[in-house]
Amino acid sequence: MSFHIAAGETYGLLGPNGAGKTTTISMVTGLLERDAGSVVVDGKEITTTSTAAKAAIGYVPQDIAVYPDLTGRENLTFFGRLYGMRGKSLSGRVDEVLEIIGLSTRADDRSDEYSGGMKRRLNIGIGLLHRPRLLMLDEPTVGVDPQSRNAILESVEHLSEAGMAVLYTTHYMEEAERLCDRVGIIDLGLIMAEGTREELVAVVGERDRVRLTATGHVVAAEEALQRLASVEEASVREDGIDLLVNGASAALPSILEAAARAGAAVTSVDVDEPNLEAVFLHLTGKALRDIGVEADAMESAAASALGGEE
Amino acid sequence: MAAVTIALKDLRQRIRDHSAFLWGIVAPFGLALVFSLILGNVADPSSFDVSYAVVDLDGGEMGRVFVDEILMPISKAGPLGEEGFFDLVVVTSEAAAETMAENGDVDAAIIVPSGFTDAVNSGAPSAVTVVGNVNSPTLAEVARSIASGYADEVNTVRTSVFSLVVLQGEMPDEAEMSVLAAAARAEPAPLVVGDDPAASKILSAQTFYAAGMAIMFLFLAVQFGVLGLLEEKQNGTMARLLAAPISRTSIVAGKALTSFVIGISSMAVLVVGTTFLLNASWGNSVGVAILVLAGVLSAMGIMFFVAAFAKTPEQAGNLQAIIAFLLAMLGGTFFPVYQAGGLLGKLSLLTPHAWFLRGLGDLTGEGTIGAVFPAALYVVAFGVVTGLLAQFRLGKAVAP
Repeated sequence: MSFHIAAGETYGLLGPNGAGKTTTISMVTGLLERDAGSVVVDGKEITTTSTAAKAAIGYVPQDIAVYPDLTGRENLTFFGRLYGMRGKSLSGRVDEVLEIIGLSTRADDRSDEYSGGMKRRLNIGIGLLHRPRLLMLDEPTVGVDPQSRNAILESVEHLSEAGMAVLYTTHYMEEAERLCDRVGIIDLGLIMAEGTREELVAVVGERDRVRLTATGHVVAAEEALQRLASVEEASVREDGIDLLVNGASAALPSILEAAARAGAAVTSVDVDEPNLEAVFLHLTGKALRDIGVEADAMESAAASALGGEE
Repeated sequence: MAAVTIALKDLRQRIRDHSAFLWGIVAPFGLALVFSLILGNVADPSSFDVSYAVVDLDGGEMGRVFVDEILMPISKAGPLGEEGFFDLVVVTSEAAAETMAENGDVDAAIIVPSGFTDAVNSGAPSAVTVVGNVNSPTLAEVARSIASGYADEVNTVRTSVFSLVVLQGEMPDEAEMSVLAAAARAEPAPLVVGDDPAASKILSAQTFYAAGMAIMFLFLAVQFGVLGLLEEKQNGTMARLLAAPISRTSIVAGKALTSFVIGISSMAVLVVGTTFLLNASWGNSVGVAILVLAGVLSAMGIMFFVAAFAKTPEQAGNLQAIIAFLLAMLGGTFFPVYQAGGLLGKLSLLTPHAWFLRGLGDLTGEGTIGAVFPAALYVVAFGVVTGLLAQFRLGKAVAP
C-alpha cells in the first residue's frame, strides 16, 4: 500500500469493515509496528517510538476516546498539554476549538453528560486542537445521528480549507464523494485504485448501475443476465441483483425479459449514474453499500443493546 | 513533564470520584479506630471500668494483709486514687459478695474464708475463693490471678518458715512465728521478670492497628494509579496517548507517579490522623517516613505486577483486592500470625506487611533511624522484584 496526501487535501480511504482502514491509520499514527515500508509525515518518519514527529499528527479514533469524568474543556486542555501547549495559547485554542465543535456552552459540563453526537464532536476536537499538519479521522460518523453527521462533515470541509491534510476513512460512499479530493479504494489490506472521483469513475467507464429488486429464482436470473452483451457485471444481493450496464435505457427491456425467463419476479428497478460504489463493485466484485448497511445494522443493534441513544 | 501532566489528570479524576479518599483514608482510619477501640481495651485493662468486691471472713492477720496491703494499694480506694486499676467494694458477708458478682454489680468477688490465718499458721489447707461475673470472664481471671499471686506468696513464706522449723528441730511460739513470717515476707524476691516495653519492641494496640490497617489499605489505594493503564486501554484513550508526542515510558511513569502520590498522601494522613485521634505512637518521624516510602514502593511493585497480567481494570481490581487482603492477613495486620509458628509463621515473613510492622517495632524498641533499615530494605525488595517481573509483560498493557 502506498499513498500520499498533500497539504490542504482530503484523502479518503473507502472500503468495507475489515478492509484494513483502521490498521492503516494505526500504522500511520505509530500505534502499530509495521512489517515493512515507511510512513513519512511532514518530512519525518513515524514509528511506534517516534515522539516529536507525532506532533504533526492529529488522531481521531473510531471509538469515542474521551475521559467521561472530565469536562469537555478539561479533556481538551489535558491533550493540549501533552502536545506541548501551555498557558494562554492553550486556553485560547481550547476556546476556539470548543467554538468549532459547537460545545462552547457545554464546555464545563462533564463529558459523560453529553449526548452521543456531542461526544463525537469532542472526540474530533481533541484531534485538531494542536493544529496538526495531518489529521486522521477514522470513521468519525459511525453511529451518529444525521444532524451530528452533517455537522461533522462540515467541520472536516473547513479543515481542509484551512490547509490541513486530512486522511478520512469511511465505508460511506456519500461521505467520500462529498469530502475527499482523492479516494483510495481499499479492500483486504490493499489499495485497489486511487484518484479523484472522476478518475475512479472512469475506471468503470460510462456504465450505469442498475439495481433490480426481485424475488423467485434470483441466482438463476443473475446467471442469465451475465450472458447479456449489455451487462458488464452482475451480483446477487439479499433482495435482488446489482448490474453494471452499458446504455441502461436501451438494455432495460432485454434485462427484464431475461430475468423473467429465469424465474425471477422483478418488483422495482433503480438506475444510477456511475459512482464510487460502482467502482468498488467493479474492483472487488462486492457491493460496498450492502457491506456498509450490514455494518450499520450491527452497530445499531449493539447501540440498542447498550442502551445508547443512537 | 508528560508524566506529571498524566498524573495530575489522574489525580483530578481520583479526587472527583472519591475512590482514593475512600480506600486510602476513610476505610483504613475507620478500621483502625474500630480495632483499637475494641481490641485496644483488651490489651490495656486500665481503660476498663473494673470493680471487685472483697469480704474478709477471717478477721486475722493474713486476711487483713490481703485486703489492706495487696488489694487496697492498687485499687482506686488506695493511694493511686483514680489511677488505681479497679474499684474495691468491701462487704461483710459471703452471700452479699456472691450476689454482687452474680448480678454484675462487680466483675468478681474475692472471699477470704473464716480461719484463713489460723490455717496458714498451722499448715492446714485453706482457699481464697473468687466468684466471677459470667459476663466478665477476663476481669474475673485478673482477680483470680491477684488472689493466686497472694496465695503463692503466702505459700512461699510458709515453706520458708517451716523449713527453718525443721532445721531447728523445735516449733517456735506464736510471737516468734510472726517475726519469722514477717522477715521471710520482707526478703526481696531473688528472681523477678522485668517488663521493658521499649526493649521488647511491642507496639501499643492503637499503633499496631493503625499501622496494620494503613499498610493493608495502602495496597488497595495505590491501584488507582497503576490500574489507570488498563482503564485508558478500555476507554480507548490509550490509543490517543500513544499517538501523542510522548514516550511510552512517560505514560507508565505518569501512572506510577499517581500511585506514589496517592500512597504517600494516604499514609501521611493516616500517620498524623491516628497519632492525634487514636493516640498511636509511630516513633521517630524520619524512620516512619523511610518505612512508609518502602511500603508505597512495595505496593506499587505488586500493583504493576497485577496490571501486567490482568486483562481488564475490573479483573485487576479484584486480583489486587485478593492479594492485598491475603498479604495483610498473612503479614499479621489483624493478629500476629508469626506467633502461630510453623509454615504459617515462615510464610508471614515473606510479606512486606510483616516486615513493615517489624520495622515499626524495631523503631519503637531501638529508637534510632538505622533500626528500620533491615525491614525497609526487605519491603522495598518485595516491590522491586514484583515490579521487575511486571516489566516483562507491561508492554501489553501499554498498547492501543
